[in-house]
Order: sequence, then C-alpha cells, then structure tokens
Amino acid sequence: MLAAGQLGPAGLPSGALESAVLDTLPGKVPLIKRTWRPPNFETPTHYFNDAFTRNDAFFVRYHLATIPEVDATAWRLKIGGPSAEKPLELDLEQLKRDFEQVELAALCICSGNRRGLSDPHVPGVQWGNGAMGNARWKGVRLRDVLKRAGVKADALEVVADGADAAVLDKTPDFIKSIPVWKALDENTLIAWEMNGEALPHWNGYPARLVVPGWTATYWTKHVTSISVVNEPYTGFWMAPAYRIPKGKFAVVDRFLSQETDVNTPITEMVVSSLVTNLRDGSVLPGGKPAMVRGVAWDGGFGIRTVEVSLDGGRVWRPADLGADLGRYAWRQWSFPIAAPQPGDEYVVMAKATNRIGGSQTFELVFNPAGYHNNVVQALRVKVA
Amino acid sequence: MRVRALCLALGLTASGPSLADEAQVVLKEGPGRDVVAANCSMCHSLDYIPMNSVFMDQKGWEASVTKMIKVMGAPIRSEDVPAIVEYLSRHYGK
Repeated sequence: MLAAGQLGPAGLPSGALESAVLDTLPGKVPLIKRTWRPPNFETPTHYFNDAFTRNDAFFVRYHLATIPEVDATAWRLKIGGPSAEKPLELDLEQLKRDFEQVELAALCICSGNRRGLSDPHVPGVQWGNGAMGNARWKGVRLRDVLKRAGVKADALEVVADGADAAVLDKTPDFIKSIPVWKALDENTLIAWEMNGEALPHWNGYPARLVVPGWTATYWTKHVTSISVVNEPYTGFWMAPAYRIPKGKFAVVDRFLSQETDVNTPITEMVVSSLVTNLRDGSVLPGGKPAMVRGVAWDGGFGIRTVEVSLDGGRVWRPADLGADLGRYAWRQWSFPIAAPQPGDEYVVMAKATNRIGGSQTFELVFNPAGYHNNVVQALRVKVA
Repeated sequence: MRVRALCLALGLTASGPSLADEAQVVLKEGPGRDVVAANCSMCHSLDYIPMNSVFMDQKGWEASVTKMIKVMGAPIRSEDVPAIVEYLSRHYGK
C-alpha cells in the first residue's frame, strides 16, 4: 500500500508531491489525485502488475470541469459534416445492432504521462507514471459507421466532440480531429465496453473513441458528435495544444493536414517501458530468488525485446516476454535475479525495442508540453 | 456563463468530486490570496497552483495567467492581474 510521500516518483515537482493524495472518485478505488476539478487521477503503479488494468483503477483525465452523467437511453451519436453524404444519428442500441462488433486490446496513455518528470519542469498536470492503462475495448469500427454516412472523396479529417464541456462559454470546448486515414483504420473503434463491462462514467460512458496506437487525447470520451470535414480543424485543442516539435521524435505516423513548419500534432506512442513491481528505494529479501516485472509498449508495431540491466546500464540481458495481447496492447515482461545476497545493491534499468528498431532514450527529449517522455528508468534497489 | 459558475459554486455540477474535497486545498497566506482563489476557482480546483510549483518564475506565472484570460476566456479584471501574478510568483514561484 502506498504511504504519504510515495504518490509519485521523486522527480516530480515538490508541490506536486505535496499536493497529491489518495482519493476515491465514485466507482473507483483510491487513485492518486493530481487535481480534483476537473478530475485528474493517476493509477498507482502496482495495478500495472496485471495484464489488464481494472476499470475501477483506470486513470481519469479531463480538461474541462462540466462532466454530465450521460443517460445511455437518451444518448445519441450524430455523424455528419461537410464531407459526409448522408448525415445520420444513432442511439446505443442501433450502434450495437447495426454494425459488426469487435474487441481489441489496447493501451490508453495520456500524451502527458510522466510530464512531471520533465527537466526543466513544464506547466500542466504533473503526471508520474500512472496516466495509462491497458484494456480490452469492445465496440464497432468507426470505419463502418462512417461508411454508412458516406465519406466524400474530399474528406480530410474526422472531428469528434464529447458531452463534457467547459464551465465558461468562452473556454474552447475539447474537440479533436484525426486524419481520415486513421478514422478509416480497421482498428479505430467507437467502444462502449471495457474489460467486459460498460465503460465507467469517468472513462467515457456510454461510448468513446478508441484510437489504438495513438495517445489518449484522440480517444474522445462520452462521444456525441463525429464530423467528416474537408479542411484542417483549427480548434485550440488541435493547435497550439497537443503539439510536438518536428523532427525530435522517432514517430512514423504523420498528421500532414495539421503540420506546420515547426510542429505537428502528437500521434503514436513512442517506445517505452515501466518496472511495475519495484520502485526506487525498494528492498529485496536476501537469499531468495527475485523477479523484476514490468510492461513495455509502443505505437502498434509490437515489442521485440526488453533488455534489463542490474548495474546501471553496463550489462544488459534480455527479459522474458509475456503473452502477446495484440500489437496495440502493452507487453508484460519479467527478469529473474537468481540469488540476491544481503548487501547487494542494484541499479535496475529496463529498455524496450520495437519491431521496427525503435527504442527508448537515456536523455530526455525536452519539449515545452512534456510529451513522449520515454527516458530509461534507473531504480536503486537494495538487498537486505 | 455566470449562471454556470454559480451552479458550480453551489455544488450543482452533474458529477464530480465534492467541493468538500477540493476545499482541502489551502493556499498560502499572503496579500492577493483571496483574489487568486476567487478567480482561479471559477473553472478549476486550486490544487492546480501548488501542483505546478516550485518551478515557474514570475514570467512563467504571468504567462499562465495570460493564457487563462486570452485562451480560456477567464473573466479576470485587468486591474486584478498584477496582484494575482505577484501572489503566485511570491508563494509558488522559484
């Protein structure tokens, strides 16, 4: 169990460590409270020892504080826009009945996960490692719904809005677009179920977008409107928000209609990993075989190897990979320590590589919003 | 706009952590605290302030307040801005 002062890695800003508490949103287990309104709650690391993250422990992230409890029977999804031939409206029953249902495993990770570890620090929600979760998502393909509406040849982006809204009318509503090719990808879903249950309120009930491989900013919660448009969507949350500098990160997917000379929207997750059963300062019992466990992920190419070092990065050996849950899910891994002896000290590091040769960095790639932090962790672990 | 802010103040939001939770946030004592609390809490809990400390200098806090006004539409009176920036940088700045 977490004690005070353990609600984040030591690298978080001092005020973020002091202001974090464990608190319980309705329907959730105690999570690490970063902010109350809008609610931003982080999953404690130990939950990531499970292949799938419990719904009641899944992180919560909102930009805007008016979050209605949506009545599923009254909920409607409007599909339209200038590049849709036949605008239509669906209720939840129609959505479930009229299209082929699919389920896939995918990691949902906040673009700003680990923002709090940026050096220098940057303003925003000061997340540690827990603004992510791995789940099985069930729904229908966004592609099938868009085809029913008829996608015109000039379609460029697909714009999604959810039921949550700002307190003030003047605050930009949280509206996001994705390129039409990503919207038509067979893995992009409108999902109503997560790990075999209805979506929790805090995770987008009754339906949300699932955009596998891409960061969670595009996974619109409580989705109510989907528009097919023929010009770049220019709302604040597309630009200047959620931008990364061009050329600094090894990402494959490009969002060309939104690129400028200097920056581009964040797209797929970068290769990364997390040790889930140890933290900096952990103590292992001597004389008993031990295990380093963790997860590794990328933007959907799949994890090829995870290497672990116990000596701060001099010697690396491959970890054992767990079951392949699908290319958009994280991959569990484990690494045995045969005979830890009292007095031994380790500096545990893990480094993942994906199937196209992408890997993690040892030095932060600084960017003003604190995105894509995939710096290799270094955990000091003692044996007593 | 005012009506929704008022609803929020009365705890009439559709769902969310209770205002009792966020009332736990106690900003540091000092001139400007009340004007900071009144303006910032219109849209968000006050824990955003300590969470974003200590690493911003006066320019950083000024930029944050300016963003809230210009981008987020916060109805902060221009004559209140200097006191807000001064309080934030004095108590939550580096």
